[in-house]
Amino acid sequence: MPKIIVQVMPKQDLLDPQGKAVAKALERSGHKAISAVRIGKRIELHYATTPTDSQLQEARKIAESFLSNGVIEDVVEVSIEQD
Amino acid sequence: MIIDTVDQAKIEAAKEQPWAALGLKQDEYNSIKEILGRRPTSSELAMYSVMWSEHCSYKSSKIYLRQFGEKVTPEMKKRLLVGMGENAGVVDIGEGLAVTFKVESHNHPSYIEPFQGAATGVGGIVRDILTMGARPIAVMDQLRFGAPEHPDTARVVHGVVDGISFYGNCLGLPNIGGETVFDKVYQGNPLVNALSIGVLKHGDLKLAKADKVGDLVILFGARTGADGIGGVSVLASDTFDADGPSRRPAVQVGDPFAEKVLIECCLELFAAGCVSGIQDLGGAGISCATSELASNGGKGMKVQLKKVLLRDESLTPEEILMSESQERMMAIVPKRHLRAFKKIVDKHEVEYSVLGKVINEDRLLIYWGEQEIVNVPPRTVAHDGPVYERPVRKPKWQAPLNAASVQARGLYRANNNTTDLAAQFVQIISSPNQADKSYITGQFDRYVGGNTALAYPDGAGMIRVSEETGLGVALSTDANGRYCQLDPYQGARLALAEAYRNVATSGAKPIAVTNCLNFGSPENPGVMWQFKQATTGLADGCLELGIPVTGGNVSFYNQTGDVAIFPTPVVGVLGVIDDVARRIPSGWQDEGNNIYLLGVTKDELDGSVWSEVVHDYLGGRPPAVDLEFEKRLAELLHGASLQGLVASATDLSEAGLAQALTESVLRFNMGARVWISELCERDGIDKTSALFSESTGRVLVSVGREDDVKFVGLCDARNIPVLRIGVTDNTGELEIQDLATWKLSDLRNSWVATLPELFS
Amino acid sequence: MKIGVVTFPGSLDDRDAARAIRLAGGEPVSLWHADKSIKKVDAVVLPGGFSYGDYLRCGAIAAQAPVMKNIIKKAGEGLPVLGICNGFQILVESHLLPGGLIRNEKQHFVCRDQKLRVENVDSAWTSAFQKGDEITIPLKNGEGGYIATDETLKMLEGEGLITFRYLEVNPNGSMNDIAGLRNERGNVVGLMPHPEHAVEPGFGPDSPVAMRSGVDGLKFFQSVLRSVISA
Repeated sequence: MPKIIVQVMPKQDLLDPQGKAVAKALERSGHKAISAVRIGKRIELHYATTPTDSQLQEARKIAESFLSNGVIEDVVEVSIEQD
Repeated sequence: MIIDTVDQAKIEAAKEQPWAALGLKQDEYNSIKEILGRRPTSSELAMYSVMWSEHCSYKSSKIYLRQFGEKVTPEMKKRLLVGMGENAGVVDIGEGLAVTFKVESHNHPSYIEPFQGAATGVGGIVRDILTMGARPIAVMDQLRFGAPEHPDTARVVHGVVDGISFYGNCLGLPNIGGETVFDKVYQGNPLVNALSIGVLKHGDLKLAKADKVGDLVILFGARTGADGIGGVSVLASDTFDADGPSRRPAVQVGDPFAEKVLIECCLELFAAGCVSGIQDLGGAGISCATSELASNGGKGMKVQLKKVLLRDESLTPEEILMSESQERMMAIVPKRHLRAFKKIVDKHEVEYSVLGKVINEDRLLIYWGEQEIVNVPPRTVAHDGPVYERPVRKPKWQAPLNAASVQARGLYRANNNTTDLAAQFVQIISSPNQADKSYITGQFDRYVGGNTALAYPDGAGMIRVSEETGLGVALSTDANGRYCQLDPYQGARLALAEAYRNVATSGAKPIAVTNCLNFGSPENPGVMWQFKQATTGLADGCLELGIPVTGGNVSFYNQTGDVAIFPTPVVGVLGVIDDVARRIPSGWQDEGNNIYLLGVTKDELDGSVWSEVVHDYLGGRPPAVDLEFEKRLAELLHGASLQGLVASATDLSEAGLAQALTESVLRFNMGARVWISELCERDGIDKTSALFSESTGRVLVSVGREDDVKFVGLCDARNIPVLRIGVTDNTGELEIQDLATWKLSDLRNSWVATLPELFS
Repeated sequence: MKIGVVTFPGSLDDRDAARAIRLAGGEPVSLWHADKSIKKVDAVVLPGGFSYGDYLRCGAIAAQAPVMKNIIKKAGEGLPVLGICNGFQILVESHLLPGGLIRNEKQHFVCRDQKLRVENVDSAWTSAFQKGDEITIPLKNGEGGYIATDETLKMLEGEGLITFRYLEVNPNGSMNDIAGLRNERGNVVGLMPHPEHAVEPGFGPDSPVAMRSGVDGLKFFQSVLRSVISA
């Protein structure tokens, strides 16, 4: 099934308490090489047929206006994924 | 997919069926064949196997639970609108209102997946309340975890508390109390019991029955997926080809938002009168709901399984029937109400599907397309399951355990060493079971709804039910596995007495009882003996107190290998109060008040927190219970509160006077000066007993100077022993004369630090 | 004085907000998320809860509701709007207030009686307070951590747009201990704590006077009723 993948991450310079908590947990279980963790979201938009370029642009707009909150998140990927 | 149909079952009579893997016994399988006059189809086999399981059929406990229905007087039944056997009991509280309440267990799932296990436990009990036609208004939980320092305990604690927080808070139900207990006996078998209470007008009562031929059977709420069908998947190997899904989860996953929407949707459906019967889907999903609705209604049902809205199209008919996907309800809707029904569910964006209708014959017929895959008499599935009379035998270790009392063992008492005694005091009140539980309760919303009159750290929860009149209900749940291990009959009575006393201490009048009976394996005659003793003790106790059991839950098989948990019957008592403004705070807030101890203290340290924390010991006999006295004590408190004579009251239970004093001074940060010499003299006990004995029938109250004479007079008139043991004062200290003085801040630090240190 | 309370799927404290309005002397009006109309109310409350189960981001889906389109427009024209907890999250997602709200620092839901300091009284919802007032309001949330860029924080502090700050304990890691904000015009206020849970004696936070007698939350609703009368 053709899809567009959107990936959203918390903004680089802002607090990511979830990532921090996970990093701490990893450290406690002995994974010293991992210096930091940041946690984002992967969103899949499913289409009936392979998305066109304009649908890709539209998806980017949706990603930036609704699927992410521009104040605290960045859209780091919007791409077509073939199956 | 190869579908096993009724026709096929008639033709292929000698087919091998995995009845043992599904948990059925040979004679049960034979019973099914006798009932049907043929072998069951694989769908029917799945249905019977789950509905006849211990969890759904109560086959090992039925003969003892009967006592709750038998040991009842007409007086006790007066307030009951609905007794045992329905989804939850319903009790009249006056002003045309009723409440429905029940406590249930979700123990095993909470060990496997603590978060989802606890979350779906809350979801399940709330749906049971909703199904009675009530708006759920509060929840409570009774949690028992393994040893606090054991590495696996934190995993379970965090998961369970997060799960309850996640689900309960999202539903908008205030958490008004409960218990948290740590004991190594629960290490591999944590107990997660959840209670919910709802309110309804008498006329709003709904029952789970389908009794009008032609009425529609509608499944609505979440879509059906593969939740909880792990066991049944053994059938899948029969019907799947090599490419089919190989594993199904045994766990259910909950979505509290879906349930919140469902609650609002259902309440609107009820108010509009669209629904003539309703059942929630819990254990055994659709097969349970259909068979129970049909059986209760004394009619039958015809259902088209292909109409079920699915989350996962690869599910087989057996899996659809047994799925335990959450947040689903089944409604019986008269045809003429269908349009109104649709309008309301559409407004709430809730999905629904008309699965079939109520028919005249006494059969449950389920189709998969054109093929009939289930044709059974509903009663045999839902109500006439096997009834076992399991072997019962008092354990050999019982008598020696009872002989090995704290006195017989000569356990050291620090009566002549004030330093040691004072140190024991702090050690006890700061031990994990006695320490402050805010670390846990602070993760629950107690404010939502704006009707919470009492919640943790008060001894009972209290909810206002009528904003106009202040009418309210109080609830307390209690259990003590250690007492029950020493004496299950007495232990159950003690739990009842404590919950009863907690409700009375809040100013309410106890009126009904629920219970959640957590025990080991019923195949163990010793456990069965404990169960018989406990249920008898509880039933006898309820009869003596004059308050009926309205419903409850049994959880067996709580054991690791051969080692069972301590018998742990949780008893919940419901009380009613005419105006919540009259409720009694649990700690004192005013200085210069007199502190009185009601009741008599005996040397009863067997099974006590003192014996556990100071000596790591369990032996002897639990404290005596005098229910007649508890009744009189409750009546005194009621009378005193009506006259406004009591400024605060807390009952004494685990860790005795030491705990009661600590909680009373720390509740509002108001100190006290207390003396125990008179108590020791009057009751003929030593200092250790004075501080730590767990004798029953005792309450610590504070009384304003101006009410002293009246209060003491009231106690004397009613023959309740009353002894002044101190005064409240604002020095910021708790002083126990000739023993120790503690700064409240130090006491608080010790009391509050324990759980965060263990689990943060 | 009619004050609308919006109910979204998953809203929980809408009934409590309605009660608070009634106790303050106003008339609560129930508004449904799917209806565009706000029935000519004089002010709107976006209540607490878990609208849409906090899916995607807290308040993100609710911010797209038909009723919100209308409320955003009217807020731009001066309509007083109070966002409580999830309501605050909806205001932030609607860009009626700046910044963002993320998961509590300690990763747990917390319910506590929270001390706050009133920082600014130049708003429709805080005018009945005095600057510097210390009040106790119940707080209950899992995603209450206020964050904003340095630039935004500077602007907020500089223009006095912070209405409440956490005292004694910062329960969720909010930057600059920010518990609540207002917009420049002063008609829109958002805060994480729940004033509607401190309006009725016997059901609020404990106070030195008596158990559960704290009613510091009433002033929020009294403020807006005053401002509506004088408007």
